[in-house]
Parts: sequence; C-alpha cells; structure tokens
Amino acid sequence: MTGKPYAVILVHSTSHAIRAEKALHQAGIRCKLIPVPRHLSSDCGVCVRIERADQQATLQALQAARVELEGIHEI
Amino acid sequence: MIYLDNAATSWPKPPGVAEAMVHFMNEVGANPGRSAHRLAVESGRIVYNTREAVAELFNALDPLRVVFGFNATEALNLALCGLLRPGHHVITSSMEHNSVMRPLRALERQGVEVTVVQCSPQGFLDPSDVEAAIRVNTVMIVLNHASNVVGTILPIAKVGKIARRYNLLLLVDAAQTAGAYPMDVEADKIDLLAFTGHKSLLGPMGTGGLYIGERVNLRELEPLVRGGTGSRSELEEQPNFLPDMCESGTINAVGIAGLLAGVRFVLERGVDDIRRHEMELIQRLIEGLSAIAGVTVHGGHDARRQTATVSFNVVGMEPSEVGLRLDEEYSIMCRVGLHCAPAAHKTIGTFPVGTVRFGLGALNTLEEVDIAVAAVDAIVQEAR
Repeated sequence: MTGKPYAVILVHSTSHAIRAEKALHQAGIRCKLIPVPRHLSSDCGVCVRIERADQQATLQALQAARVELEGIHEI
Repeated sequence: MIYLDNAATSWPKPPGVAEAMVHFMNEVGANPGRSAHRLAVESGRIVYNTREAVAELFNALDPLRVVFGFNATEALNLALCGLLRPGHHVITSSMEHNSVMRPLRALERQGVEVTVVQCSPQGFLDPSDVEAAIRVNTVMIVLNHASNVVGTILPIAKVGKIARRYNLLLLVDAAQTAGAYPMDVEADKIDLLAFTGHKSLLGPMGTGGLYIGERVNLRELEPLVRGGTGSRSELEEQPNFLPDMCESGTINAVGIAGLLAGVRFVLERGVDDIRRHEMELIQRLIEGLSAIAGVTVHGGHDARRQTATVSFNVVGMEPSEVGLRLDEEYSIMCRVGLHCAPAAHKTIGTFPVGTVRFGLGALNTLEEVDIAVAAVDAIVQEAR
C-alpha cells in the first residue's frame, strides 16, 4: 500500500472494528478491515482502513455511532 | 412424534438454523477476532451480527455489552461469582433453578450472605417480600424470569424498580423466557440478563450469554475464565473492556451462527406473536389436564401469568411411569422428576417425587396439545 493515501483507525477489538465498519458503511464511507500494521501496535487484531480524504467524515460517523476509538494514523 | 420438552431444549429448530451452521463450517470456518483475513473478518461479522440481534431482542442499547458463553448457567455463574464478595448480601427466590442456587450456596461458604424469599405454593413472588429482605450490605437481587418447573412468571419489572430505589443490581435468569416473552432491559431495569441460546431463542446447544448493563462496574467484575482474546495481545493482563474481558478462548462461533438464525426467526415472527400463540397452547393444556379427574396441575392455572410450561402429577402413579408410557405408547416426549430445581419443588409441594412437565414451544400446535391431553386421560383411565 506504499504511496496510497490511507489512514487506519485503531479500535479495542474485532467487535469494535466490525461495529465501526457497519457505521462507516451506513455513512457511505469506503473502508476495509485489515491487520493492524506492526509499527502502530503489537496487537494481533484488526483495524479499519479508510482513505485519508475521508478522515473527518469518518471521525464524525464513528462519533455519531458511539464507536470508541484508540487512535487514527495515516499510513 | 410429539415433542413437549421445549423447556429443556427447543426442538425442532426453525428452518435456517442448521443451514447457517453448515454454511459456517463449510464456507467461513475461521476464528472470529483472531486474525484479519477475510474469513476471520466474516466470522467476526457473524458473531457481531448475533450480538446485535440479541441486543435488539432485549432492547439493549449497546451490542458490545452482550457477551457470549456456553449457556445460561455459565452466564449466571459469571454474574454471581464475578460480582459477589464475602460480606455482600444477595436476595433470591424459592423458585430458582440450581443454576442460581448452586453458585449461591458455594458463595455462601465463602462468606456471601444469601436470603431466599419464599414464593407462594403456586410459584408466585410478592415483590414486597423482596423489599423486606434488603439489608445494608445487600448488593444484588437475582431472580428467574419464569420458573422452569411450573412456568410462573416473576414480577421482574416491579423488583427492578425496587432494585433501583435501593441502588442494587438486578440479575435475571431468562433461560425460560428469552424469545418467548417480551423483555426490555431498559424498561424492566435489568442490569444483568443471563440467556441461553438453545431454548426459545431456537438456536443450538452450547450457546448463551450475559447482557451486562451500564450500572455494572466492570472494575468489580471478575471474569470466570482468563486467556486469549485476540485483543491487547501485548499484555499479560486480561483486557478490561467488553465483550473481550469475558470471552477468553475461542468461542462457539458455529453455534453462534446457528443462534443468529434462531434469533432472526424470533425477531421476524415477533416475540408478541410467539407469546400469543404459546398462551393459547398453554391455556388449552391447563384446561384439558385440569378436567381429568386424578390429575393435579401445579402453578397458577392462568396462561397470562406463566410461560408455556406446565407441571402435573397423576394420582397413584410415579412421574417416571407416566413419562415412560407417554414415550413408549404415545410417542410424546416430556420430562419427569425433579427439574434441577429442588427449592421450586419444595415451594410447590412436589419434593422429592417431582412432576411430569410438558414444555410447549413456538412450533407446537393446538392439535398436539389435544393429543397429549387425550394421552394423559387414557393413561389415567387405564390405571383405575
């Protein structure tokens, strides 16, 4: 994914990731669940990858859906 | 064959349950929450969708507060053993199943004080008796929503109000009601709801769980089991958030896939419609059995105040003999004896002999009820 304008949202667990995925789908924001990049966390779980341009809309959608976040990182 | 043992487990399951499990085994298969490849994510979606469906059924606002386990018993153990400490006082009823009584008796030996509020011989609980039992160190009230022996419904909403007034937690054992009786954790003020997947939720055995409401302090909840959760893998300490803190080790995802199909069937048909149907069945069964001389029907004799489960005895005949004849001569499946609830049998006066129990379900018919009543009538007449 080098060079691609992505960001990832870190969440507590797979359940939270799927909840986030549902909320983003409902808001019409494209996303994909991917393994957490090693440099961001040593967690073995998944995170939510979005396009960088959608960061603000994503944060709003997740806040509206009351999805707890651990962080958002550009990759 | 007529299956009247739905209070033990529902059978047959509605269309789609077995198919969902086969689909999971053949097409998904991966461990939910352990990896991030597409099969693992799909597996995780199925489990998450089941949390959502269960939450919708109970009107729980946050699906992540639904934790899965193997059955209602495990969920009750999690709530009781996870929250009660020596010096705490807990109140329960004399209609409880051993899934509540046995953990409480074990906790009692460790210094937890237990009060068992006496119910009426019909199996009903007076909420004011619960209020009168509250002490300064009371922390929790635990009640079954309906008796597994006689089906009598306990006044959960009224006790819920009392629990809030005294700042106590209300734990409800919904093994006999989840999917068969309308339930609303918000309106009824239920803090912890233990459910099983294989009865009126129409899923497979080995599924169940606990809804953990927002009034429960997670810092005070000790998980029954600790281990891998797929999250916080860098830490050797148990995660402190739901559902992971209470779901260590690989869960029964194939069972949960079946449970999702069962719960969706219930949601589509509607709990109110299932309840109406079961009330019609049980009223007919109570009236039919009560009309047979020599048959004693236990409980409140009122469909509006009970689930579709009824217990009865035949004068001069052991429950086991009635059950054997119903099976061998009439192909009617039921349960006989003590139904894992000695306190309830003492309350209704059927200890230690037990009862014959007919547990009707959403998929039974009035015709089956009539056949069962006629079979009991024939057995009683022959014995004369």
